[in-house]
Amino acid sequence: MYLALFIFFAVLCVAGALNLLLQRHPINSALSLIVVMTSLAVLYLLLGAQFLAAVQVIVYSGAIMVLFTFVIMLLNAGREEHTRGSRAAFLVGIPGAAVLLALLVQIFLSARGHLAQARLGEYVTATHTLSAVLFRDLLLPFEVTSVLILIAILGAVALARKEP
Amino acid sequence: MNDLPSLHLWLIPLLPCLGFLLNGLLGRRMPKKLISAIALLCTALPLAQVAWIASRFHSLSVPYIERFATPWIAAGAFRASFDLVFDQLTLVMLLVVTGVGFLIHVYSVGYMAEEEGYWRFFAYLNLFMFFMLTLVLAENFLLMFVGWEGVGLASYLLIGFYFKRKSAADAGKKAFIVNRIGDFGFLLAMFLMISHFGSLSFSNIFAAIAQHPEIHGGFVTAIALLLLLGAVGKSAQIPLYVWLPDAMEGPTPVSALIHAATMVTAGVYMIVRAHILFEHSPFALGVVAIIGTATAILAATIAVVQNDIKRVLAYSTVSQLGYMFLACGAAAFSAAIFHLVTHAFFKGLLFLAAGSVIHALGGEQDMRRMGGLRKAVPVTFWTMTAAVFAISGLPPFSGFFSKDAILYQSYLSPTAGHALWLVGLITAAITAFYMFRLWYMTFFGQSRAHALEEAGSEHAIGTHAVETHGAAQTLAPAHAAHAPHESPWIMLVPLILLGVLSVAGGWIGIPQALGGHDQFARFLDPALSGRRHSFEELSIQMNVEGPAAAAAASAMQPSVPPTPNPSQERLFSLLSVIAALSGWFFADLFYRRKPGLAGRWVENARGIYSLLVHKYWIDELYSAVIVKPTLWSSRYLLRSAVDRGIIDGGGQLAAGSARGLGALVQRVQSGNIRSYAGWLAIGAAAMLLLAHFGFVLH
Amino acid sequence: MTVPLAYYLVLSAVLFSIGVATFLIRRNIITVFLAIELMLNAVNLAFVTFAHQWRMVNGQIFVFFVMVVAAAEAAVGLAIIITIFRARNTLNIDQVDLMKL
Repeated sequence: MYLALFIFFAVLCVAGALNLLLQRHPINSALSLIVVMTSLAVLYLLLGAQFLAAVQVIVYSGAIMVLFTFVIMLLNAGREEHTRGSRAAFLVGIPGAAVLLALLVQIFLSARGHLAQARLGEYVTATHTLSAVLFRDLLLPFEVTSVLILIAILGAVALARKEP
Repeated sequence: MNDLPSLHLWLIPLLPCLGFLLNGLLGRRMPKKLISAIALLCTALPLAQVAWIASRFHSLSVPYIERFATPWIAAGAFRASFDLVFDQLTLVMLLVVTGVGFLIHVYSVGYMAEEEGYWRFFAYLNLFMFFMLTLVLAENFLLMFVGWEGVGLASYLLIGFYFKRKSAADAGKKAFIVNRIGDFGFLLAMFLMISHFGSLSFSNIFAAIAQHPEIHGGFVTAIALLLLLGAVGKSAQIPLYVWLPDAMEGPTPVSALIHAATMVTAGVYMIVRAHILFEHSPFALGVVAIIGTATAILAATIAVVQNDIKRVLAYSTVSQLGYMFLACGAAAFSAAIFHLVTHAFFKGLLFLAAGSVIHALGGEQDMRRMGGLRKAVPVTFWTMTAAVFAISGLPPFSGFFSKDAILYQSYLSPTAGHALWLVGLITAAITAFYMFRLWYMTFFGQSRAHALEEAGSEHAIGTHAVETHGAAQTLAPAHAAHAPHESPWIMLVPLILLGVLSVAGGWIGIPQALGGHDQFARFLDPALSGRRHSFEELSIQMNVEGPAAAAAASAMQPSVPPTPNPSQERLFSLLSVIAALSGWFFADLFYRRKPGLAGRWVENARGIYSLLVHKYWIDELYSAVIVKPTLWSSRYLLRSAVDRGIIDGGGQLAAGSARGLGALVQRVQSGNIRSYAGWLAIGAAAMLLLAHFGFVLH
Repeated sequence: MTVPLAYYLVLSAVLFSIGVATFLIRRNIITVFLAIELMLNAVNLAFVTFAHQWRMVNGQIFVFFVMVVAAAEAAVGLAIIITIFRARNTLNIDQVDLMKL
């Protein structure tokens, strides 16, 4: 059953990603990405990272993707036209990506024996473990990250403000 | 060596050098009196020193070598030093150089009085004295070469003294370049000497040859011929004489000092100094004699048709130098030096007197515009007369004895011979002819100062630009309107002194056949007698080692000249006098008694006249065969192909390829984000591939 | 039933490659941004997988930080996109190429 769950949600991820690639209108792509993120949240659950799954849904698909949707709405981005594109990207990039994929898959599959097998519910991370590490050992990075967010807010406000 | 106190020979060249530095560096702001005082002092003091040494000469042991503590070059086994040598030959040369040099300095004070660049002239003149004295005093070929090159430099600077005139600058360049060709021969000779003898010092080389002549055979000939090439360049012999007539662009005192009395005789001096080398190579001696004779007659024939007074004297110098070379070729080295000395007197006088004539006429150099000056410039006339008689070889003037010694010795010599003697005799007749022609045209008859302007005839081809005198560039009729005036006393005193020497200077060398004691030749004998010592040694060896060695040794040795036959010598002297008188007779005929006759002869012999006036087309030949191909190859081969094509092209190739590569790489920075991403992707893929398969391979 | 962890990694690789391909192919700036987010998510999955593998919580901590940074970056990036849109009135990424040599 674990395997079935995994396969189902994995296929959902890939399908969403491919949809992202193939859709013309950016809003469709954004919605596909939401599907991908939600499926990923389930996969995190399967791997025992329950807190992260929750955060993924709340922050990523709940906040970031909403931000994207708002921007798409704001800019009134329409369908993509066919314009002259970059040759180099196609000629050089696609083979590069393909090679990367092939290589990574080959590496991972060949290392199959060195990696463990996952069982459902085998190792579930308790949230307090997470928070212990976060707020005790990594307190400074945590605080720095909040400063980072503050700066991001300031930057975003400064950039997107309407010129008076 | 000797126990007497040092002669301080180093002072002799260094004093003029000091004069050069003072006048050269500070002279621009000094008054003329100070400049001339420095220059004269720095020439008179060496003269005084030489005179003092001469007075004590009998108590010196010669050769006296002054050595210096620090060596000049010490490279491996080769040593070169600054050593100076002093023997009879050096004494004679020093007396000529400093004596005649000093007189010409005095003359120049008057002659150059109105020139701009006065300080420059005397600086260069002192520079020349410095190098010439170094050349004469040197004890090895390397130091002599320093002096050799230096006098060439001074000659270039002085010929091009009126540097604003293109013809003068060109003449200076021509002199220097032609000299360089000769110097190339000198350099090769020095290299051969280093490689074969391991030293350039006279004493080492000459001793090595004298002791074992047989082991040096071919080398000696090669070195002698290369040295001859150097001498040919410096002393203006065939084929490198073409610079000397053009060198008349320089001021007249320069022509007198450098191109008559001293620099051009450096070649003769060098051959005489290296006489041991030449004596052991009869082939080289023969070449020397032939070159000398050919040059003598070639230059004499050209001088016959020249109209510029200085050009006649220039070709005359070339011709007389040919005589000196003939003497060297006949192994009559003391006769060569004797003629060098008397030639310095009368040729220096001829040039100075010509300068006086030019000065009197306000810059006129064309003899066809002279005439009738006998009463106007009497001192110049009488001194020049003495010189003309001397150079024509009329007794009892100095030229007679020296020229006679040369002709007689060459008749007797196995390396010269009867044919060359005959050519020399004919040349003597021609010499007398053109010198008396000059004498008549300049001083006798009516003044022709306005003749050519009224007739409106064009310049003959043999004349060249008028020497700048004062400010005038071209001869305006206004200048010729001044009455000819005698030169100031400062110019006349050297003329008078040289005149006395031209008359009496030969009396020290009167041969025994004519009642003298042959003092000059005897004086020089110890310096030139290396051969005789070795011959004596070899004759002892012959008796000890047997006939085979004797045959080999005698094949190496040039034969000792037979003892002169007095009555034969007197006969030959008579023949020379007859030749000179016949030259005078014809000159008198053509230029005093029947002036139109010369014109008619020229009409009948247009071809020959044209050949002579164009100097046998030798300059044109050199231009076509040597100069133009060199210019062509420099312009098209070396400049266009090598310099612009290969060298510049190589540089531009490097720069262009860098630029091209840069332009190529620049296209990666397109500003297009997607292409950046593409490159990123492929870069990451490449690194991953490398990492993965790299690990697998290892 | 067990799932070999390698499969999770393969999934991560596939998602990443699709993200790269989208980045290269699509011309709309916003779509390109979405592809970047996809790539970040793929990497997050890999981190969580390894956290499960080594039974350590550090991988998840890292994912946490990645998310935070992604959020900040998305905010600022979208603000920049809005600025560009106002300036150039286009969302075509090929027309934003002023930074070329």
